[in-house]
Amino acid sequence: MELFTNQVLAGIATGAIYACMALAVVMIYQAIDHLNFAQGEMAMFSTFISWQLMQWGLSYWAAFVLTLAFSFAAGIAIERILFKPLAKAPILTNVAGFIALFAIINSSAGLIWDFTIKQYPTPFGSAPFLGSQLISTHQAGMIGVTVLLLLGLYFFFQYTRIGLAMRAAASVPESARLVGINTSWMIALGWGMATAIGSIAGMLIAPVVFLEPNMMGGVLIYGFAAAVLGGLSSPFGAVVGGFLVGVFENLAGTYIPGVGNELKLPIALALIISVLVVKPAGLFGRHIVKRV
Amino acid sequence: MSAAEEVVAEGHEAVEAVPKRAMTLGTGTSLLVLAALLIVPAFVKNFIIFQMTMLLIYGLAVLALNILTGGSGQFSLGQSAFYAVGAYTSAVLMEHANINYALTIPISAAVCFAFGYLFGKPALRLSGVYLALATFALATAMPQLLKLNFLEHWTGGVQGLVVTKPDAPFGLPMSQDMWLYYFTLVVTVAIYIFSVNLLRSRSGRAFMAIRDNEIAASSMGVNVALYKTLAFGVSAGITGVAGSLGAIAVQFVAPDSYTITLAISLFLGMVVGGVGWLPGSFVGAAFIIFVPNMAESISKGLSGAVFGVLLFLVIYLVPHGARQIAILGQQFVGKLRKN
Repeated sequence: MELFTNQVLAGIATGAIYACMALAVVMIYQAIDHLNFAQGEMAMFSTFISWQLMQWGLSYWAAFVLTLAFSFAAGIAIERILFKPLAKAPILTNVAGFIALFAIINSSAGLIWDFTIKQYPTPFGSAPFLGSQLISTHQAGMIGVTVLLLLGLYFFFQYTRIGLAMRAAASVPESARLVGINTSWMIALGWGMATAIGSIAGMLIAPVVFLEPNMMGGVLIYGFAAAVLGGLSSPFGAVVGGFLVGVFENLAGTYIPGVGNELKLPIALALIISVLVVKPAGLFGRHIVKRV
Repeated sequence: MSAAEEVVAEGHEAVEAVPKRAMTLGTGTSLLVLAALLIVPAFVKNFIIFQMTMLLIYGLAVLALNILTGGSGQFSLGQSAFYAVGAYTSAVLMEHANINYALTIPISAAVCFAFGYLFGKPALRLSGVYLALATFALATAMPQLLKLNFLEHWTGGVQGLVVTKPDAPFGLPMSQDMWLYYFTLVVTVAIYIFSVNLLRSRSGRAFMAIRDNEIAASSMGVNVALYKTLAFGVSAGITGVAGSLGAIAVQFVAPDSYTITLAISLFLGMVVGGVGWLPGSFVGAAFIIFVPNMAESISKGLSGAVFGVLLFLVIYLVPHGARQIAILGQQFVGKLRKN
């Protein structure tokens, strides 16, 4: 039993990483209706920027705030310059665009900062949290930030005019345009916010997985899986999905014989797919009714 | 108001509707291309022949994805798994059971068809990104499954298997590469003709009806579940053949040659060639084979970035892929004829 609780705790700790990433994935999915394959690389690049700022002597929080601003602006710029011209192109062409963006960012980061692994500081310290060896204060801090972000997003979307406008632009663009919402800029705003959230995720994850251009590869996959499991239309679902995936993954690694680190990912994914087969719109997703 | 809603509904269609006539080339053009493919190897070096063989093989794999996505509207990131199963079926049969390489190809087609068909069953409940995730899971799991201990006797584990390259039969005066090229060409042409006819048949029309509107298709009496799984099976079968040919051409199979990167390349090939346009598959295959090399030669350190920029250029210029160029060409020829 103790092994079980310990593994669940450890799962929640890694789950926090996935939850953060999943939140960013859902944000952009809400705004543009696609999964952005380059999201992890964008987060990685932001994290490198913050690292560079710290190398130049800025304090953690100064670098944090500057990076957030940079990411927000960069997200909007990427949308305006690269993806707005593709707005009318088929969805699959857009997906190819994300893959191209992935290649560009990954390779540029590799050239600028090279592929050696770098230490990344944490603002929360890494002492054991409440005397438990399994969760460090950093991981607890990460869970706290994720929950705060989620609350913030909830209030933003439910209680502000611009949040309402963004939701309208995402769900019924035609009608939103008729009531005077600039849907094109709402999409750009969505990109900006998603990139900023991604950068927070990156900066929180970096102390755990270390900083290098490929750090997000694995995390993004779990983030997608978490977002899909929770239901792509629900930020709350994404966070729950993130924790579930973390726990799934740890329990599968512990209890199923013959599952090493290599098979953890396929098994976690297989479990998620079994869930999806029963609930095709994810756990908390809204089922979309189609018109014939 | 209904007009507005319809526009919205159309905007959400995952795969655009390509009419079935627009899915192929005219007979004249096809024969010209075929003639070129027959003659060129006589004049070029063995390495180029090898690259042309790989082009046909990847072309087949992209074609298979095109039938699935462009034909039946289902999206897959798991094609590398089917490719791997095909490659391993051939390699294992050739190396452990000493079966002739040509015979292993129909066997791996059958094995992959069954695999794809069975995978299509649970995937029936999923669509769009959810299906993408499921197939993605298959693609990430496959290299790990091939490395499993209890299969190691057959698959060679992480090391993989070495496959012997066949000689030209009947004492034909041909290099191994050239023979393999013509062999691949024959298989490719056969499968191409099969695919074109498949899409023109009753089943093909059912695929397209499902792609354009699943609910409408089912109310017209199309057995949606059957045709969706069938599309998965056919696509997997063709991908398996490509995998077998690939294993024979490269003379080596190893789990790490069949990762998600392969599936993503095949997907890019489909987009560049034009979703739903079968001849485009080979244009897309050329893109995924040659452009990474080109990017590497432009800049070693930034090859990924160069590749990304080139890809962006292509999708800006022709968002509908090579099909768009073909349509423009057709219109141009049509104008010339009128004058």
